[in-house]
Amino acid sequence: MSQPVISARGLTKRFGDFTAVDGIDFEVPPGESFGLLGPNGAGKSTTMRMVGAVSQRTAGDLQVVGLDPDSHGPEIRSQLGVVPQEDNLDTELRVRENLIVYGRYFGIPRAVCAQRADELLGFAQLEDKARSKVDDLSGGMKRRLTIARALINEPRILMLDEPTTGLDPQARHVLWDRLFRLKERGTTLVLTTHYMDEAEQLCDRLIVVDKGRIMAEGSPSALIRQYSTREVVELRFGSDRNASAAEQLAGQADRIEVLPDRVLLYTDDGERLLERVAHAGLHPTTSLVRRSSLEDVFLRLTGRSLIE
Amino acid sequence: MSADVTGTTTSPPAMVAAAHAGAVRPRRFGWWYIAEHQLRQMRSYGWTVVMTGIGSPLIYLLGIGLGLAAFLDVPVASGPDGPVDYLWFVAPALLATAAVSVTTEEFTYTVMGGFRWRRIFWAMNASPASPQQICTGLVLAVTLRMAFVSTAYYALMVAFDAVGHVAAGALLVPVGLLAGLAFGLPLLAFSASLKEDTGQFAMVQRFVFTPLFLFSGTFYPLSTLPGWLQWIGWVSPIWHASEVGRTLSYGPGPGAWPIAAHLAVLAVMAAAGWVVARRVFVGRLRG
Repeated sequence: MSQPVISARGLTKRFGDFTAVDGIDFEVPPGESFGLLGPNGAGKSTTMRMVGAVSQRTAGDLQVVGLDPDSHGPEIRSQLGVVPQEDNLDTELRVRENLIVYGRYFGIPRAVCAQRADELLGFAQLEDKARSKVDDLSGGMKRRLTIARALINEPRILMLDEPTTGLDPQARHVLWDRLFRLKERGTTLVLTTHYMDEAEQLCDRLIVVDKGRIMAEGSPSALIRQYSTREVVELRFGSDRNASAAEQLAGQADRIEVLPDRVLLYTDDGERLLERVAHAGLHPTTSLVRRSSLEDVFLRLTGRSLIE
Repeated sequence: MSADVTGTTTSPPAMVAAAHAGAVRPRRFGWWYIAEHQLRQMRSYGWTVVMTGIGSPLIYLLGIGLGLAAFLDVPVASGPDGPVDYLWFVAPALLATAAVSVTTEEFTYTVMGGFRWRRIFWAMNASPASPQQICTGLVLAVTLRMAFVSTAYYALMVAFDAVGHVAAGALLVPVGLLAGLAFGLPLLAFSASLKEDTGQFAMVQRFVFTPLFLFSGTFYPLSTLPGWLQWIGWVSPIWHASEVGRTLSYGPGPGAWPIAAHLAVLAVMAAAGWVVARRVFVGRLRG
């Protein structure tokens, strides 16, 4: 493996008595799309801030592009593109101006900034909005503009913190398409998300984080293979009957999880299990057979749902 | 798109060398790139900048020079050669006030906008720029706006014959800037420490800036105020800058402090505000 662009060993961040990141280890090789999956408050954003060289670690070792963020912050940030969780575009500037002023922070000459801004507006499908005010853009357009802005310095690593939170499904898919193109071009992507479908779509490899610790690490498919079954049967009997129905189904599936609104049965053959449920005389109000997802992995690892 | 990322092919030494090369200009000129952004942003309210820069002195000089001064039979102030025109007395104070008033806008709402409303300071923070450079860039942009306002004011003072020695009086412009920074930098430190504006900026305007404007010997000598009110002038950048300006314009009046003493007070206030403001920016952006 070539030298990683990010290498963390025992990375720790404490705020007073609270430990936000608790001694995590991970490496990101160049060109990989790497994800941090976990619920809100898991320590993902804090990790991103340390990798982004804007927050000092409390303990551990961290190298980004071969340098220590504590001593080489500007050097590291010159190689990063950062897409924050909340848009921080300058609403008093026009769309194209946002790209140009941001490029200047990296010491890029004005003429080069202008040329790159035009190219990036094309990439972000915002050419016809170049002279628009930022406030006139939709949420999805603003996210695409923020991503375009993060690419103005041709970064070695693009860091995205919850890139599609708050977007409608169509806008999410447009954004995924743009990120997938970057991935195909070999851009190293580091993203945090609490959406398992996003992690499955975009990440080559990910770490599942909870309470500042890594619960599991691997590719989405490997994690599902390791921590879940091929299929899941979701049954709804009504909130007051789910628990008793689950007791009746004991032994029918590899594993059973009772959630407030449904019962999950883990198995390699969902249709056959559904037949056994019917033979047992149980009649759920709704039933669904689906493939296992990272949500199931997280549930298995933590006993909690990702989105609570 | 030109985002041709070479992360998969670059060797480790080349990766480190690229990072070092990428930070050379930002380390040196980051403060200027931030100022560029702020100045470009000021264009969005460019008319306000121009109208307050030129319109405000025009109104004050017309109102006081052609209006109020006509009713004053008794000389209000004196220079080394005896009584001076009321307009000569009041104009340096108005110039200093104009510079200070720029900071009451730019070092309050603009700062809250940067940290909270538009969050652009956080965007700057993710770039190679340091928090200190972000602070410096903002201060530089605001100083340039103050320079425009003070220069416009001085040009109108000359046009209205509101200054004694025109050449020496030109130093009113940098003195006005110093007054603006002496008031503005501590205000910047305060604003940067606020998580949200729940009326603090309006309070600053009404209960700090306005009293300073009225009780800093702006319209009459500080010595005419009762003793228990004169301290407002002593701590006021407007009074110190006004006294320097008057000395530059028509010479020292009776009992005037040495120019160096006034400048020292202004410099200490500005320096203290500067140190604290930069620390607050670092604490906030790198917490």
